[in-house]
Amino acid sequence: MSTSHLLILQVVIPLIVAPLCILIRKQSLVWYVVLAVSWGTLYSAYRLLIRVLADGEIVYFLGGWAAPWGIEYRLDILNAFVLMIVASIGAIVITFAKCSIIKEVSEDRVYLFYTAYLLNLTGLYGVVVTGDVFNLFVFIEISSLSSYAMISLGRERQALMAAYRYLILGTIGATFFLIGIGFLYAMTGTLNIADLRVRIPDLENTRTIITALAFLTVGISLKFALFPLHGWLPNAYTYAPSVVSAFLASTTTKVFIYVLLRILFTIFGATFVFDVLTLDRIFLVSALLAIFSGSIAAIYQTNVKRMLAWSSIAQIGYMILGISLVSVTGLLAGIVHLFNHAIMKAALFMCMGCIFYRFNSVKLEDLKGVGRYMPWTMAAFIIAGLSLIGIPLTVGFISKWYLIMAALERDWWWLAFAILAGSLLAVVYIWRVVEVTCFQTAADQPEDKKIRMKEAPLSMLIPLWILIIANIYFGVNTELTVDVARQSAEWLLGMK
Amino acid sequence: MDYILGQYNYWVVIVLMMMGFYIVIAHNNLVQKLIGLNIFQVSVFILYISLSYLKGGTAPIYSEAYTAYTSPLPHVLILTAIVVGIATTALGLALVVRIHKAYGSIEEDQIHKMDQDT
Repeated sequence: MSTSHLLILQVVIPLIVAPLCILIRKQSLVWYVVLAVSWGTLYSAYRLLIRVLADGEIVYFLGGWAAPWGIEYRLDILNAFVLMIVASIGAIVITFAKCSIIKEVSEDRVYLFYTAYLLNLTGLYGVVVTGDVFNLFVFIEISSLSSYAMISLGRERQALMAAYRYLILGTIGATFFLIGIGFLYAMTGTLNIADLRVRIPDLENTRTIITALAFLTVGISLKFALFPLHGWLPNAYTYAPSVVSAFLASTTTKVFIYVLLRILFTIFGATFVFDVLTLDRIFLVSALLAIFSGSIAAIYQTNVKRMLAWSSIAQIGYMILGISLVSVTGLLAGIVHLFNHAIMKAALFMCMGCIFYRFNSVKLEDLKGVGRYMPWTMAAFIIAGLSLIGIPLTVGFISKWYLIMAALERDWWWLAFAILAGSLLAVVYIWRVVEVTCFQTAADQPEDKKIRMKEAPLSMLIPLWILIIANIYFGVNTELTVDVARQSAEWLLGMK
Repeated sequence: MDYILGQYNYWVVIVLMMMGFYIVIAHNNLVQKLIGLNIFQVSVFILYISLSYLKGGTAPIYSEAYTAYTSPLPHVLILTAIVVGIATTALGLALVVRIHKAYGSIEEDQIHKMDQDT
């Protein structure tokens, strides 16, 4: 079998297995099935990445209909990399999910979580591999609808409102996206991304094309919660089950930022978007506001999951900051941070999953002295936290390093200082958690409660520590990630 | 005048879009918000369908008698978008049912107040 078929199987297999999960129903069995799908698609994503690195783009025509009439799936180095991020986070999170989800979702709904998860995975894979803008819209909606459902599975009733709010804002974003596609189609008569790229330069200065760009950008920015369109995110990540927060925080936003890159660089082209329309200034301001408002808001949170959610908004700011610098180094920083943030934020949310598993709470006031009972979990939290701050030898440092390099390339010293100031704010909010959990001691607990207070089970710790080791490994050995990100950045800017 | 009447379909789209958007933002009732969202989506569907309209065009079935055909593709796209819209509405309404069970209310300000109190 040739590898190009893997491209379609990647999307179709989770889609077919999802309804099977509803039929199987038995939660232990469903978990094995979902686990097999997750690791299987990770393997195929790995094969695809290797193939793309060796031979360049892979193109697959759906049903044998040649593009631009048929839908094509197209894998280049950038989306092969994003595909790998989604698949690996998916596989690790689902390994972790077994114990965690039983604790946080009522038992009769566990199989529904796995179904929604697989549909979400289908949507995300589809968004990443497709080369057709309308197909892209449909996959965006598949992944969004299933994530609303997953968020609403949270035990507290606020989860329902969070999911509802996300649904309203997410649908507005998707509809904006649809309007943008409509305008593009009206002007060019094509929906194929590669074809759009060829036709748009002739039509660049028409008002319809500019309006289309505006709708597409705002629509997708709502989806990945770019400041000031982030209103749905804090509650959604706070009240969703930890597994869901870990998965969504580290994959959905990354995939939608990838879509933004596709729109800006592949469809419209960097010269038009940044030199003619100077969209980079808007992104720069928005990214800086995201970094500072997100980090400052994170400092004042009493719920650790909400704190991590605000920190996600700040981290999205760093990615967009990299993109707004429009240089190879800037884009490289943005793209490599997609991967780096995914592994650190997934690890942090998984730590919260472990703590909730034993302590039934992730509120700071209930977490006094947790470190004494759960040393491995807290050690993981500290390493991932250091990575979030950007300490050398962790992945966070790599992203910050290239980001500062990109700022200095432009002689923007103030921006380099702003990035460092953002890191200092991260020190503050991570330290607050470390102080409470490791240096404060809890008031006397009743004996029966003390028995439950011990380290999280191994089935949760092992996936967590795989991510922590990845945080360190890719912080020391940057060859693979930085090289892939550099090639994608050069490709996006049309240097290759 | 011709500018206004000649493109009345687009005006309808704009009016519907703004109506829907306004309802989503301004109304307090969760079901009303979903209705607003639906109107907003429908306006986009009409936009697509009127894009494909061609004066004097006919259905795209080849025949000697006709020379102009309308494009069927936007219709097909919108069929898909309608399905997405239905799924969104269904999920939204299901959430509203659950919210009603959990809070005993579907007014956003009351729910917000209940969340503040706890």
